[in-house]
Amino acid sequence: MTTATFESGSQSGVKRFLGRTLPYVLLVLSISPIVLGYAWLIIATFSYRTEGLFPIDAAGNIGGWTLSNWSFLTDPAIWRVTLNSFVLAVGMVIGVGFVSSMAAYSLSRMNFAGRKGFLSLTLLLHAFPSVTLLIAIFFVLNFLSKIPAIGAWFGYNTLGGVALVMISLDLPLGIWLMKGFFDNLSWDMERAALIDGASRFRVWWEIIIPLIKPGLAALAIFNFLSGWSAFLIPFTFTVGSKVANLPVYMRQMISDTAPTNWNMIAAVGMFQLIPVLIFFIFTQEMLLSVYAGGSKGGT
Amino acid sequence: MKVELENLTKRWGNVVGADSMNLDVKDAEFVAFLGPSGCGKTTTLLMVAGIYKPTAGFIRFDGQVVNHVAPKDRNIGMVFQSYALYPHMNVFQNISYPLKLKKIPKDEMQKRAQRVADMMGIGHLMDRRPAQLSGGQQQRVALGRALVKEPQLLLFDEPLSNLDARLRLSMRSEIKRLQMGLGITSVYVTHDQVEAMTMADRVAVMKDGKLQAYSTPDELYDRPRTLFIAGFVGNPPMNFLEMEVVRENGDYHARREGFDVVIPSDRGEKAAGKGNVILGIRPEDITISDEGTPAEVFIVESLGRDDLINMHIGEASIHVLADPVLGLKMGQNVRLDFNTHKVQFFDPATEKSLLWA
Repeated sequence: MTTATFESGSQSGVKRFLGRTLPYVLLVLSISPIVLGYAWLIIATFSYRTEGLFPIDAAGNIGGWTLSNWSFLTDPAIWRVTLNSFVLAVGMVIGVGFVSSMAAYSLSRMNFAGRKGFLSLTLLLHAFPSVTLLIAIFFVLNFLSKIPAIGAWFGYNTLGGVALVMISLDLPLGIWLMKGFFDNLSWDMERAALIDGASRFRVWWEIIIPLIKPGLAALAIFNFLSGWSAFLIPFTFTVGSKVANLPVYMRQMISDTAPTNWNMIAAVGMFQLIPVLIFFIFTQEMLLSVYAGGSKGGT
Repeated sequence: MKVELENLTKRWGNVVGADSMNLDVKDAEFVAFLGPSGCGKTTTLLMVAGIYKPTAGFIRFDGQVVNHVAPKDRNIGMVFQSYALYPHMNVFQNISYPLKLKKIPKDEMQKRAQRVADMMGIGHLMDRRPAQLSGGQQQRVALGRALVKEPQLLLFDEPLSNLDARLRLSMRSEIKRLQMGLGITSVYVTHDQVEAMTMADRVAVMKDGKLQAYSTPDELYDRPRTLFIAGFVGNPPMNFLEMEVVRENGDYHARREGFDVVIPSDRGEKAAGKGNVILGIRPEDITISDEGTPAEVFIVESLGRDDLINMHIGEASIHVLADPVLGLKMGQNVRLDFNTHKVQFFDPATEKSLLWA
């Protein structure tokens, strides 16, 4: 009896070992292209040329580490475009966050004529690829440019104009995302606050918004990333480096006539990645925190 | 504060939430809205609170129509089933939130919040978050928050439904004691008839958005006006048997197959000659005795103090409360004595009482 158990135990030991390791092997294999890609990126930024994953010098020997690819950091233009990228990303976080949390609250909680139609229209608009709107948007921005005061900030070839376009294209998603969060909140808390003496706006600001912080954080991360790495719209609606952002700056480094320094482009890409990593470190806790509600059940 | 509802109606399109409610709550009175879920009791309460706007009719506080007064200006406190505490605030912030909105100075706010918290027995938990409290403690915080602004009207929306049975019992008497001590007019919504009967001065029974009855608990229990009230109020519920009441030799007999009981004339004469009527009798008004109507024990459920016994009389099935020492067994044949002074009669078509309508 005992020997039989022992034998079957050792047999299942092998099986168990396979059962445990096989998933890891498969997982490692499937993510290796991405990991290797990042490894190459890091190596490439510090070398003249690369052969596979190895840095090589002009003579073709392994070695040849250099910091020369990072020389772009001394160019004042890089700091200007970084600032532009940052302004665009933060502008999107604030713009989309503010408008969609207000719009989603009213769509989730209030009853008004055209509410249903508005909801389905936003969804429909979100389904349209933004590329199809590029030319139409160009005319809108051009029109805005002609308005005094506003034109200088939100017209064609301004950062404000690019931010405006990017915010409006991201609003449908933002509104739907936030509406989902508002829909999940109990009405009772809001009613309690109204009875306690709060105005509708105060309820929104003091009771509801703190409860959907995780949702706002998720939305902020999405928007920061899409603003930070935006290419198509800044590329289309800006000219020159004054209002370019990082991705557009990178595009400008690729020349049709002169040979392109891919290692420097890799370094700029790496440079663009760093703030995103920092941003993630600070926000991931917020994303993961599931808010502990004060109710056991209820409506 | 006196509250009056006049023809109060709430409709959403074709859906009727509350249909022409007429009732009044006297100053310092404790009124319960009782009914099954979807009967309109919460809808009515939310209209009183000002959360829902009435479709028609009037709500009066001390004679003033308040239909269009915002909830924050009604000076009411409300306790919710889900407690509805603000999870991102601690107990002190929760309780003092209504005071903060009233812009009451900080030290007075502190004093009043502490006083209410001490009264509710949660004074030592002021810096906890709601999530760190038990259900009973959360409910106390919710009560404290409702009381702290010294409202003229307290509204309760099934406040004890999420508590366990023991806690519910103690909170029940505590709320009642508190309400009597403070003398605040209160409206209490519940689907639990025991809660309504034990706590309220008057009970408004609702069904399908309509007010069925509005009277004292004793009146509801002893003189139910409709079949619905008779079946809803009382636990275990009243037995209903369809039968005919006839007059023979000056006595009124309630009869059906295997059942013939003499009914006192004051009750019998109102049901006699009406064809088929519904006889209602509560399980505690039937006793097992040596003579009477023969019945067969079908199921015995032990309730501890009593046994609840399902009996068959011919094809009819009734519930009887019996002393466990009798040790009744399934299939046993017994005889039942009916306390005929407590029987009710209802018209099967209108479902109205033949005795009290």
